[in-house]
Amino acid sequence: MARKANMSLQKNPMPSQEPDVRNHNFEEVALGYTKEQALDEAQRCLRCKNRPCMQGCPVMVHIPEFIEKVEAGEFEEAYQIISATSSLPAVCGRVCPQESQCEKYCVRGKKGDPVGIGRLERFVADWHNANVAAKAEKPVSNGHRVAVIGSGPAGLTCAGDLARKGYEVTVFEALHLAGGVLVYGIPEFRLPKAIVQKEVNGLKDLGVTISTDTVVGRTITVDELMSEQGFEAVFIGSGAGLPMFMSIPGVNYKGVLSANEFLTRINLMKAYLPDSDTPIIHPKKVAVVGGGNVAMDAARCAKRLGAEVYIVYRRGMEELPARKEEVEHAIEEGIIFKTLNNPVEILADENDNVTKIRCIEMELGEPDASGRRRPIEKPGSEFELDVDCVIMALGTSPNPLIKSTTAGLEINRKGGIVVNEDGLTSRENVYAGGDAVTGAATVILAMGAGKTAAKAIDEALSKKDA
Amino acid sequence: MYKIVRKEELRPTVTLYEIEAPLVAKKAQPGQFIILRVDEGGERVPITINSYDPEKGTVTIIVQTVGATTEKLKAMKAGDFLQDFVGPLGRASETAGKKKVCVVGGGVGCAIAYPVLKKFHDDGAEVHAVVGFKSKDLVILEDEFRKASDVLKICTDDGSYGQKGLVTDALKELIDAGNRYDEVFAVGPMVMMKFVSKTTEPYGIKTTVSMSPIMIDGTGMCGGCRLSVGGEMKFACVDGPDFDGHQVDWDIAVKRNQMYHDWEVKKHEETCNLLRKGA
Repeated sequence: MARKANMSLQKNPMPSQEPDVRNHNFEEVALGYTKEQALDEAQRCLRCKNRPCMQGCPVMVHIPEFIEKVEAGEFEEAYQIISATSSLPAVCGRVCPQESQCEKYCVRGKKGDPVGIGRLERFVADWHNANVAAKAEKPVSNGHRVAVIGSGPAGLTCAGDLARKGYEVTVFEALHLAGGVLVYGIPEFRLPKAIVQKEVNGLKDLGVTISTDTVVGRTITVDELMSEQGFEAVFIGSGAGLPMFMSIPGVNYKGVLSANEFLTRINLMKAYLPDSDTPIIHPKKVAVVGGGNVAMDAARCAKRLGAEVYIVYRRGMEELPARKEEVEHAIEEGIIFKTLNNPVEILADENDNVTKIRCIEMELGEPDASGRRRPIEKPGSEFELDVDCVIMALGTSPNPLIKSTTAGLEINRKGGIVVNEDGLTSRENVYAGGDAVTGAATVILAMGAGKTAAKAIDEALSKKDA
Repeated sequence: MYKIVRKEELRPTVTLYEIEAPLVAKKAQPGQFIILRVDEGGERVPITINSYDPEKGTVTIIVQTVGATTEKLKAMKAGDFLQDFVGPLGRASETAGKKKVCVVGGGVGCAIAYPVLKKFHDDGAEVHAVVGFKSKDLVILEDEFRKASDVLKICTDDGSYGQKGLVTDALKELIDAGNRYDEVFAVGPMVMMKFVSKTTEPYGIKTTVSMSPIMIDGTGMCGGCRLSVGGEMKFACVDGPDFDGHQVDWDIAVKRNQMYHDWEVKKHEETCNLLRKGA
């Protein structure tokens, strides 16, 4: 009997915690599809021969094939198809911006919702994690040693791909815990840390060594890794760097902090827990400045600490760079959007404690070089918001530690490491990828870069054997 | 895990720990710091390095018991292990090419001042030192300072040892006596470093201070350690910790360091209570 696709125009909705419940806890917001929902959603896939969805995936997951397995109820087979090209399925199913990647190209999206590819990926990964205990086998070593700097999505992907091919990989991590932005940046309620640790443990099963507390550029240099420690290639996936602040008066007052600091205290140091050894401010009213995913994460964390939260963003709701789903979640949770406003000054009391943020209204003018309409101040429209905390979520500039200690490593105008299409830098056998190259971007793009570099490293080192 | 190979109580509230950390010991330079965590779940605490032995693979820190983490640290013994010990962080102090310098240390800041002073001395400078403590029973590293400096002035707040008064008074006396320093290097409480800078400013003597602001990662990620220096934003972990004392915006720096003060006091009390119960 010929297969008949489910022609419902709507995606199966994602079961979630109620907004007024979840904005008081740090538990995961989205609860994941049930088996029935997954089977139903999988039937919406048209199994297009030319697989338009795949062109949107930076790691080229074989999407129609894994969905076909889901529809057949063969969830482990579906997992094997995803994990053949993606080293972090449970992570990607949660944090990928599917609407601008795979789901953007889904034919079903032309009329109605695209297939919930991300939700299905998450279902499959969670099913595997809950039901399959098999540990990955350590492959036979090919004798080649590779160093990976940074244990975020780029580094973990590069390490995983190489380890599966038999490379002896050591990942060097500056912090005390592996995972990079997945542990210090993305909150528990979007990506439970137990999932990240499971992925990291999976790499250890493959024989990857994780060396925490090692700051490359300080504890050891890239050159020493190669000349003294005998690594034949190095992949730099050290991530984004120094947080940017606005140059407005009052930016150093007490209660002004970067989103990086705020999120690190909460996510890495667990400062929201009552018995934590790490302090965090418990603000009453917060202005989060910025409109990206990091701004949404910071705002939603502040809400969970009990604050009233404003997002202050200089363009409009339509221009918010954050994922639509994150913006919707934030609105549902009671975050107040003050769009088309820009801070001009932060005010404080005599002890430098923040009391107000002064903003000016903006309007959108002609498109600028980036193609986005340029925000322009409306003269005389200044107003003040009472806040006791300001969180700056304005992006980052690249970390200077590795470039300043690695001679001959070419850096672009913005401070990112220059690489070719294979991820190779200006230094022989030194590769790079992720935010260290592109500046702040997404988890999946970093994974794609880690994958590209792993392939290139494999090709370069296996030539030595020939 | 990082083994405490030696623990020595220098004073009732000041303790020396020698930690096994070969990679850190190999790279450490005067003026740099480490970040440690005492246990799983512990906070990340930046502490400046006192000395290092690359051959033995150890790093020595001298810590004043001031809060929850330092209290927990004090409860540990030689042979115990620290959860984390990462470094060396920050840039090394610049000591080369100086003919005559004065190093000013305040309290446990002397533990940090010492390696810098010794490096100035080893690099061939004439080294004067002014070290200040609350009272005689808090004086540390006196022999070490004496050996590596040409002139040593010890000050105590209560006059129980050395000369009575502040380090800034002693420093001013040295300058007024005709000593022409290429550089004054100050390490201690922020308020002390501020007033050392104010003291030298009218004389136009280059003054370097070692800042210890709030910090989490120590690698240039969190931005907690930012300072206003000469009107520009600087990050102590990657740009410092040494800065031009005449350029630092002290009022903001001093206040920012108090950001978690109430919480820290409360946490310290709780930890003391817990440790007492456990004892």
